[in-house]
Amino acid sequence: MIPTLSGRIQTRIWLILFIGIPWTLIITPFLSNNRDLIEGSSLLDTYKTTFTVLGVVLVLGVFFWELIYHLLQQFRWEKDWPVMFTFFEVINESILAYVVFKALNLDEKFGATATNATFWWHVITTWMVMWLFVLGPIKVLFIRWRFRGGRIFF
Amino acid sequence: MSNDMISTPGSVLGEAMEAPPAAPMVGDLNDELIKTDVWTDEMVQRAGIPIVDVPFVTCGGGMGSFVLTDYLRIAGLDTSKIRILSNLEYPWQTYEYLTRVSQIPRPERLRSDSSGMPDCIWGFPSYALREARKEKTLKPIINVLTEPVLADYWTPRAGTVFTGLEKESTRIRYKDMLVTGQVRMVRRRSNGGYFTILTPPPGTTATRRVAYRSQHVHLAIGYPGLKFLDDLQEYRTKYKDLARTVNAYEPHEHIYEGLLAKPGTVLVRGGGIVASRVLQRLMDDREQKGAQTEILHLFRTYYSGRHNKWGLAKRRGAFGFAFQGFNAPKSAWGGQHIEQMLKLEGPDRKALYDLTGGAHTPYRKYWLDQMKRGRDQGWYKTYQGEVTDVRPGTNGVVTTIKQKNGTTATLEAQIILDCTGLEADIREHRICADLLDHSGVGRNPLGRLDVAPSFEVRGAQSGVGRLYASGSATYGGYFQGVDTFLGLQLSAQRITDDLAAQGFVPRIGVGRSVRAWWKWFRHKPI
Repeated sequence: MIPTLSGRIQTRIWLILFIGIPWTLIITPFLSNNRDLIEGSSLLDTYKTTFTVLGVVLVLGVFFWELIYHLLQQFRWEKDWPVMFTFFEVINESILAYVVFKALNLDEKFGATATNATFWWHVITTWMVMWLFVLGPIKVLFIRWRFRGGRIFF
Repeated sequence: MSNDMISTPGSVLGEAMEAPPAAPMVGDLNDELIKTDVWTDEMVQRAGIPIVDVPFVTCGGGMGSFVLTDYLRIAGLDTSKIRILSNLEYPWQTYEYLTRVSQIPRPERLRSDSSGMPDCIWGFPSYALREARKEKTLKPIINVLTEPVLADYWTPRAGTVFTGLEKESTRIRYKDMLVTGQVRMVRRRSNGGYFTILTPPPGTTATRRVAYRSQHVHLAIGYPGLKFLDDLQEYRTKYKDLARTVNAYEPHEHIYEGLLAKPGTVLVRGGGIVASRVLQRLMDDREQKGAQTEILHLFRTYYSGRHNKWGLAKRRGAFGFAFQGFNAPKSAWGGQHIEQMLKLEGPDRKALYDLTGGAHTPYRKYWLDQMKRGRDQGWYKTYQGEVTDVRPGTNGVVTTIKQKNGTTATLEAQIILDCTGLEADIREHRICADLLDHSGVGRNPLGRLDVAPSFEVRGAQSGVGRLYASGSATYGGYFQGVDTFLGLQLSAQRITDDLAAQGFVPRIGVGRSVRAWWKWFRHKPI
């Protein structure tokens, strides 16, 4: 990967919107949850939680993590960002997202249908799907993406 | 071509086609055409040169022409609208020749990224996936997922590339567009577009030349020429000794065979990938076949640690070599490097080239371990210095060097292997010389063809027609990686997009790309 700052952010936004959202839609019903323990709760409540987590990952990524990665990238001669790094980003990003998840009481908001397990399965699988997509299939959709540092929208 | 040029199959064929005919032929260039910058249709007709109309012409027929043609065909341009003027039989002919003689035969690995696939405009699925499937191993996949942190950069075998090229060239019906001959010149046409003069092989046409009249022309003519270092050329001319000085880009198997038979000392000159490959061959022969070769390695610039600060990083170096994964920092192919270069002109651009270009080689553990064994056992020695004299000695050729600290030293060797890959000036190629003289074309800060970010050759626009160029002749422009597979793809993409903006060819958007990829994946001819 050879992203520019603008490209990183655009790729992140695109992946969350077009891979993260559909994946979240598909997987949320299958995530472990508290719904049968909570009177009057519904799948919609869990959806509200998972989509909020997705939003948290997006906001933290765009305004914090990508800037840090871009800074670290300046210390590399090739000004590249190895694929391995993008894989292990799931660790630091999901930990911070979890801290925010707990700080915002996202497990209790929206009817407390989400548990820790909901969070971890959601974030990790979403990350893997986005990561696999950015390794190859994205180049089939956007032939200019790899030659423009990851820029998609402009 | 001047006498000190190293021949390649293309140049040999070209020279043969351009050789003056036995008897004067009709339909040849005349003074009027040669002296006039811009041609009218009547001038060409008056000379008796037949005119063939085709909207798009690409000259060269090597890797650059292939990649652009692939792009245009995938974008939707029919074979009838493209002609490839070339003296090569197939696009990878020169490339395979040069890699083979510089010690990268088909089973060996190139210095090229896994996703730099000239036969696949999308870069997916990559060569790593292909080789993993073919050789039934996960190693390539694990390598590309962990490079360059836990493993050296993975690169494909030369054979993988050539096999893929063969399949794709059949799929796009490359042969239907190929016209054999040597391109003599490209000139602007008074009513727009261009005339490209082709010299067909002797005896194949009634006239000496054929003129291709097109709206657009693309040049991908490869290296203007390869030559020896000046001091070696001087030695060869002065002492008439051609046997003991060899260029790595010439076939030189006999050198390695000779060294197996009789121990000798070799002086290797150069600090790039060619030197690395040649060293590996010499060292493999020593370690695996018992050759008793002594290797002296001369670096003009000797790198022993980190050097050249770019941004917040410095390039690695050790034992003479500078290490860089590929021809340019990876971000040249679309990331920060090219974005920076796009803003630079003149001396500023040259400065970035000097910083991130030059002679360098990939970091490969195999090579480093091998060189260490050579140093430890005393049969591989490195030197730094500028050559001041080369002359015959009692036991070989004596090279005198002046080192950085001012001292001099002499190195005597039976063979000198020039691995510097020195490229000749673009004027050595008659098409470029003609463009510089007659078509308003200029030079970039490194002296090669000046092209815009769209790879249009500046100054040569002709009405609605544009002249484009890609490949090594454009080195020094806004993109350092021009002389690479991925670089040819980046150039081809920019050119195709520029043509699409003019309405010449459909633009490859998301839908077209996905449909075309699916056809590629199923290997469906287009």
